[in-house]
Amino acid sequence: MISKTKCLMLGIVIAADFCLPQGSIAGDFNNEVTIGSKKFTEAVILGEMAYYLLINKGVEVIHKAELGGTQILFKSLVQGELDIYPEYTGTILQEILAGEVIKNEDELKDKLASMGILMSESLGFNNSYVIGMKKEIAEKLNINKVSDLRNYPELKFGFSNEFMDRGDGWPSLQRKYNLPQRDVRGIDHDIGYRGLENGSIDVIDLYATDAEIDYYDLKSLEDDLNHFPEYQAVFLYRSDLVTRNPELVKSLLRLEGIISESAMIKLNAEVKLAGKSEGEVASRFLERELNVETKFYQLTIVDKLIQNTYEHLFLVVISLSAAIIIAIPLGIVTYKIPRFGQLLLGIIGVIQTIPSLALIVFMIPLLGIGAKPAIAALFLYSLLPIVRNTYSGLKDIPLQLSESAEALGLPSKVRMMKIELPLASRSILSGIKTAAVINVGTATLGAIIGAGGYGQPILTGIRLDDTGLILQGAIPAALLAFGVQGLFELLEPIFVSKGLRLGENS
Amino acid sequence: MLRLKNVSKKFEELQAVSSVDLNLWERETIVLVGPSGCGKSTLIRLAIGIITPDEGEIYFKGELVTPENLMEIRRKIGYVIQEGGLFPHLTAIQNIRLVAEYLDWNPDKINTRIKDLTDLTHFPVDALERFPLQLSGGQRQRVSLMRALMLDPEVLLLDEPLGALDPMIRADLQEELKGIFKSLGKAVLLVTHDINEAGFFADEILLMKDGKVLQQGSIRELLDDPADDFVKKFINAQRNRI
Repeated sequence: MISKTKCLMLGIVIAADFCLPQGSIAGDFNNEVTIGSKKFTEAVILGEMAYYLLINKGVEVIHKAELGGTQILFKSLVQGELDIYPEYTGTILQEILAGEVIKNEDELKDKLASMGILMSESLGFNNSYVIGMKKEIAEKLNINKVSDLRNYPELKFGFSNEFMDRGDGWPSLQRKYNLPQRDVRGIDHDIGYRGLENGSIDVIDLYATDAEIDYYDLKSLEDDLNHFPEYQAVFLYRSDLVTRNPELVKSLLRLEGIISESAMIKLNAEVKLAGKSEGEVASRFLERELNVETKFYQLTIVDKLIQNTYEHLFLVVISLSAAIIIAIPLGIVTYKIPRFGQLLLGIIGVIQTIPSLALIVFMIPLLGIGAKPAIAALFLYSLLPIVRNTYSGLKDIPLQLSESAEALGLPSKVRMMKIELPLASRSILSGIKTAAVINVGTATLGAIIGAGGYGQPILTGIRLDDTGLILQGAIPAALLAFGVQGLFELLEPIFVSKGLRLGENS
Repeated sequence: MLRLKNVSKKFEELQAVSSVDLNLWERETIVLVGPSGCGKSTLIRLAIGIITPDEGEIYFKGELVTPENLMEIRRKIGYVIQEGGLFPHLTAIQNIRLVAEYLDWNPDKINTRIKDLTDLTHFPVDALERFPLQLSGGQRQRVSLMRALMLDPEVLLLDEPLGALDPMIRADLQEELKGIFKSLGKAVLLVTHDINEAGFFADEILLMKDGKVLQQGSIRELLDDPADDFVKKFINAQRNRI
C-alpha cells in the first residue's frame, strides 16, 4: 500500500514537473540559484538583499520568501532545494545542531561543512532573543531584568510558537531563571505585539532588531544570567555553490559586516512601520552601502494578483485533476470489492484527519519545498470526497435498475459506463465540487512551503499586520471558491442527464 | 425452451426457493403466483441468471447455462419488471435501443425495429424522446416491454409487470399484453400475486409458498381440485366477491 501511494505520488509529481513554470526546480542547473527566507520581515529583507546582489550576475535567481520554519529551510538547503538562506548563529547551535557539542566558531564551521554547508561571517549585527514588555508596566512594577519577573507570577506570557519549544526557548529560560508563571501561550510572533497592546498578554519574546520595540514603547529586559546565546546574522549556503559559481559567492559575501544593529532596526521599521516593500528597502540599502545598481522594480497590485492567481490555479488544477482521475476509479473499486473498499476508505479517511498544515509539511521530506509537496497534499485531501461520493452514488442505485441492466445482457464494463456511472453522476459531481472548494481553501497554506498562491499575501499581511494585504489574498480565494462552485453548477447539465434532473423537481 | 431443474436458493438463513422444477415450452405461458415472500421473484431472477442457484441447473434450449454463455443467453430472453426498471437518465428510445447499439446494429435496422414495436404496443412515437419520469405508468410499462422485445427474444420473463398500475389501465394492458403474447408466439414466464391475473394469462400456473411449488396446473384444476387448504384459501381470498 505504501509503495503504491509513493508511486502514485511520484506520478503526479512527474506530471506536475512538466507543467511547472521554468526555473522552479532549484539547484538542478548551474545557472540557477534559489534563495530562501523564513517568514519574518528581517529574514525576507536579507533574502531580498541577496537576491538583488546576485540578480545581475548572469544567472537566474529565485527568492522563495516566507517559508515555514528553521527545519524546513535547513533541510531544503541540505537537500539542494535551496542554495542560500539567512540564518542566525544561535539558531544553528540551539536548534539545527541541538545536542551536538560545539565549542567555538571553527568547530561549528567544520560541522556544517561536513553537511555540505558553508557559513558566512556575521553580517554585522546580533539579533538575539530578548524578553520584553510594555515600558509602562515594567516601570510600574520596577522590572528591569529577566530575573525580576520571578516576583510577579501572575504575569501572562505569550511566546512565539518557535520560541515555545526551541532549545534556548521557554523551557530552558524558565529553568535558568526559575520563573513561576503559569499562563504561558504560544502565539504568532506578529500577533504578540497586538496582544501586548490590548493587554491580553504582558510579556513576549522579541528579536533585538525588531522595529516594534520603539514603536510600541517596549522595554527589553536585561538577560542578567546570560541565558541567550549570540544570534549573529549570517548566510548559509551550499558548498557546491563555490565550485558552481565562485563569482556569485564572492558577491554574496560582500554583505559580511556591513549591517549594523541600528541599521537593521531601521530597515525593519521601513517595512513594518512605513509600509515599504522588502525589495525596495533591500535594494536602496545595497545602493547606499555597496554602490550596487539594483534595478529595483515594484510589482503592482494587479501584477501580484495575476501572479498569485496563476500560482493558486496551478496548485488547484493539477491536484484536483489528478484526484479526479485517481479517485473515480478508486470509488468504482470500492463499490466492486467492498472489503478492499472499506479499507481504502479507512486509509483515505485517516489522511483527511491529518490537519492540512501538518500534511503539507509532511510532504517536504518526500518532495522538498515549492509547488510539488503542496500539490501532493492537496491531491490527498481531494481524494476522500470524490471516492466516497463515487462509491455511494454507485451503491445507491436502486436494485431493480442494476438488475435490469444485468438482465439486458450487457457486460459489466458497458454497464458501468452506460448505466451505473451516469446514474451516479450527480453524486460524483457533488463530491468533486466539495473537493474543489476544500482544495481552493487549503491551497492558501501552500505559501508556507513556497508554493505561492493567494496564501502569500495572507502570510505577508499577518507578518506586517496589514489587513489590506490579508484581504488581497483572502478575497480572491473566497471568490475563487465561489467561482469553482458556480463552474460545477454550470457543468451539471453537461454531466448529469436531464432525465435525472427531472426527478429533483417532481 | 427454458428449464429449471431441481433449483434451490438460500439467502443467509432464508430458504427462498427449494427444489423447484419448471419447464417452459415454446408458445406456452406459465404464471408463478403466490403470496409475497413465497420465492416467485427469486425463481424468475434465477431463470434470467441475475442470481445463481445453490443447487440445481438451468437449461436454455437444452443448453446448460454457465457463466460463459450467460451474457449471450440473456440477450435471447426479454425481461420486464415492476415499474419497468427503465434507466431514468436515458430517454425512452435510448432505453429501447441500448443493447442493439452495443451489438452494433445498423441504425436503419434499429429504427425499423422500433417502428414495429411502437405499432405493436400502441406507443405514441412522439413520446419516444421523453425521459421515463415524463411518461405515465402505462407508457413506462410499454417502453419496458419494447426494450425487452428489441432483440426479438424467444423467451419473455415478466416480474409483476402490471403491479404498479391503477386498475383501469391495468385491465386494458392485461388485454393488450395477452394479445401481444399470442401474436408473437413467445414462451412467457410471468410473476404475479394476483390469482385472477394468473388465470387470465396462464396456460399453466405454479402456485408457490415458502419457496416450494404447492400445486401446478391450469386455473381450472386449481379451482376444482386444490391440493391443500392453503391453495383453497389463497384462491378464495382473491376471488371476486361482488
